[in-house]
Amino acid sequence: MRQIAHWALDMAGRCGASYADARIVAQRSRALATKNGKVGSASDAESVGMSVRVIADGAWGFAASTELERGAVEATAARAVEIARASARVKQHDIRLAPEKPVVAEWTTPFRIDPFSVSVEQNIELLLKIDAELRAVAGITLAETSLNFNREEQWFLSSEGSDIHQTKLSTGAGYAAYAFAGNEIQKRSYPNSYGGQWQNKGYELIEELKLVENARRIAEEAVALHAADQCPEGKFDLILDSSQLGLQIHESIGHPIELDRVLGMEANFAGTSFLTLDKLRTLRYGSDLVNVVADARQEHGPGLGTFGFDDEGVPAQCTPIITNGLFTGYLSSRETAHTIGENRSGGTLRAEGWNRLPMIRMTNISLLPGKQPLSLEQLIASTDHGILMQTNRSWSIDDKRYNFQFGCEIGWEIKNGKRLRMVKNPSYSGITAEFWNSLDAICSRDEWTLWGTPNCGKGQPQQVMGTGHGAAPSRFRGIKVGSAYKSG
Amino acid sequence: MLTRDQAVEIFDRIKKRSTADEVEVLFSGGRFALTRFANNTIHQNVAEENSVVSMRAAFGGRTARASTNKFDDDSLQRVVEAAENLAKVQHPDPDLLPMPDAQEAAGCAGGSARATPAIPSRYFEMTASITPEQRAEGVKKIVGVAQRHNLTTAGVFSRAESCEGIFNSRGLSDWHTQTLAEISITMLAEDSSGWQKANSPDVANLDPLALAETAAKKAADSARPREIPAGKYTVILEPAAVLDIVGFMFWDYSGVAILDQRSFLTGRMGTKLFGDNITISDDVGHPLQTGSPFDGEGVRRQRVGLIENGVVKRVVFARATAERTKRSEYRNKAGPIEATGHGFPLPNEMGEMPLNIVFAGPSDPQSVEQMIASTERGVLVTRLWYIREVDPYEKMLTGMTRDGTFLVEDGRVRGGVRNFRFNESLIHMLSNVEAMSEPVRSCGEESFDMVVPAMKVREFNFTEVTKF
Repeated sequence: MRQIAHWALDMAGRCGASYADARIVAQRSRALATKNGKVGSASDAESVGMSVRVIADGAWGFAASTELERGAVEATAARAVEIARASARVKQHDIRLAPEKPVVAEWTTPFRIDPFSVSVEQNIELLLKIDAELRAVAGITLAETSLNFNREEQWFLSSEGSDIHQTKLSTGAGYAAYAFAGNEIQKRSYPNSYGGQWQNKGYELIEELKLVENARRIAEEAVALHAADQCPEGKFDLILDSSQLGLQIHESIGHPIELDRVLGMEANFAGTSFLTLDKLRTLRYGSDLVNVVADARQEHGPGLGTFGFDDEGVPAQCTPIITNGLFTGYLSSRETAHTIGENRSGGTLRAEGWNRLPMIRMTNISLLPGKQPLSLEQLIASTDHGILMQTNRSWSIDDKRYNFQFGCEIGWEIKNGKRLRMVKNPSYSGITAEFWNSLDAICSRDEWTLWGTPNCGKGQPQQVMGTGHGAAPSRFRGIKVGSAYKSG
Repeated sequence: MLTRDQAVEIFDRIKKRSTADEVEVLFSGGRFALTRFANNTIHQNVAEENSVVSMRAAFGGRTARASTNKFDDDSLQRVVEAAENLAKVQHPDPDLLPMPDAQEAAGCAGGSARATPAIPSRYFEMTASITPEQRAEGVKKIVGVAQRHNLTTAGVFSRAESCEGIFNSRGLSDWHTQTLAEISITMLAEDSSGWQKANSPDVANLDPLALAETAAKKAADSARPREIPAGKYTVILEPAAVLDIVGFMFWDYSGVAILDQRSFLTGRMGTKLFGDNITISDDVGHPLQTGSPFDGEGVRRQRVGLIENGVVKRVVFARATAERTKRSEYRNKAGPIEATGHGFPLPNEMGEMPLNIVFAGPSDPQSVEQMIASTERGVLVTRLWYIREVDPYEKMLTGMTRDGTFLVEDGRVRGGVRNFRFNESLIHMLSNVEAMSEPVRSCGEESFDMVVPAMKVREFNFTEVTKF
């Protein structure tokens, strides 16, 4: 593979590129799913190809192909340079890359059990067992389960001398129970909605999730929601479970801090950001308790944003994003670092596969746990009147990331420190910085989970990327609840 | 790009290697290039070529799929083994049908013939041959418009040349090629923005200058947006806004969605759910539509009337879904039941979906300008964004307005307003349509391309206002 990359780099140089990198990627995936007692889908996929990214005449070019013979590789590299020259016809300034020391390295996701080594029979048996548990509860009208395994092996070589061989492995699993009755569809998911929990680790994740053990409870909750009262409307103290808080972090911190959005590069699709450059180190993003990091290092945990090196060869780093409530950092790349006065990239450039251009993506954007011991039950016990919301059902935020609205699968009204009643269709809304400034309690490390979001979309053509979000249940004061269902 | 002859040769190699009772092979791929610009600069510019072969093996009621983008003998052997190994370990599915032969796929089985639309050629050499230099020249024109208006622009100019094919061991074979050129433009001013997007198989149908001028005018006209309170407003939704919101209901126009009781049409088939003026069909043959004329099993797509004058008449069916539905408690509650050619590749959990939506034109079409002129107080919406489902059975959706939201008073546009969040039921919205334009081909970012009109809708529910 290294020889193939060298063919591309050599040709790019001969064609006049001032910088070039080549990525050869081999991806393998397995997806298994069941629905109502039957296998819904069973598929394996592999994809292999190479891309060349170049700077020529001060502008970017990128070309990708599945053909790995020398002639085809050189043609792809030449095409990338030709495209860069076309880009240079409409430019305001030359591309500037922050310096990065070339690296020769190997890196692999730590794992205990290779998920591809576990038999398909065993996996299907597990899914059908969960399915049976879900459908054993009267009132469940639809049960869905899924397992997903992905392996991505990448060779990254650059004209500056980097040579990085990296293999990433991810595992995902989850299920959902639906109950249709009357004029209502209610749903509960475990361990999270939209595919469950995902992490960069092996099959050991499946064993840790206690999937079967929780199935009956989840199905019972889906049915019980039909008899629950509608979530009240008004201003309440709000406690979010860690998975919902993970998505809240993703949408209202993770995306706004992407420097390409801030600089207008995503204005036509994903949008821009309220976090204009003047807000760095001046904006009170949250209350003093809010500490958020962008941490791609293995020591942060096995998140979907954990790696050894990003896709332009920059080592994984930890960037303080919010420090005691103050906004302190963006997600950056070699191209954008200078715009915030940095002389080094934050190491966040990633691509969906061999055929996509790397772009700034969230790594693991995590809210650090509270320093004082605090469990969820203790947090509830210290709440006079509030709503606990669990597991995301809907999410939406404007294109500058100010106004958001989230719906959750299940809520609990809390009165005088106790769960008073289950409530259905809970939702809340707010403005990003006001919301984070209302945070007054975060549970401690033992309640903290590093969640995986496998479906983050960005870019044109759109790329889907996995991101990580660590969170512990937290409380927010005086939040607007229930306006989604308010009529007029 | 992969040719049909090459695909036939690859299919033969797979078939020879397979021990399955039945074999189906799907091909997809092509050449794609996209020039992306922002801050009046081309900042991303990409090209790729890829082809994927996806093999489905079936052994007596058991089936599975494997795919690769490498066509050498070793890779094809791995694909065959992967699909067969996955299939063999499954429990037999009594609902799995034998693969269709060519006659059944064409809708001619049993001597009956059903009408499947002929589709016009969707491959245009001029689109396929667009060069990076030509895209750059198009972008230069767009940037020129931005600079003339003191604006900043961002967007894309792309072209795609794609193929889609299916072959199976019962003799079915079908192949489709098409091209698609697309331009999307955002114009940014200090405190406002405007947006336009269009695509077509024939690049000659796209006018970057006209799109840029319209987007620039929207940015200029919505400058210094004022905040008006949330509440129920008459809204004038441009076609892209209509497309992006209504697209969220078509997953439910599926036999499997009815059987799964996850459709908002469960228990509502045959009822009048929308206004008299709403008639919607799925029609792959419509001259403004794109896409292949066959589904994931190779069945030719029928034209299906989904809604007639507000009454939900039909949903679409894959072959197996149709057979299951005929045996189910929904056999008299799902409209006419037959395979309509809308199935996804097997195996899958979702069944089928209509993807070539065409709204019928109204008897008295009104332009957006006429809708504005007849509005005492309302909001003109260019585009909707980040739409998600809040309530699946009431089909209540939330989302934001974006890139050109205007107050209309006394029949005139009175300037830009801050963007709104909406929480609106599609059932409610499509029951309150006061006027429609002639349907046009439209594209957005939240839903697939459709042929839709602009709409004037009363009592649209805005629940919050954002900061810009």
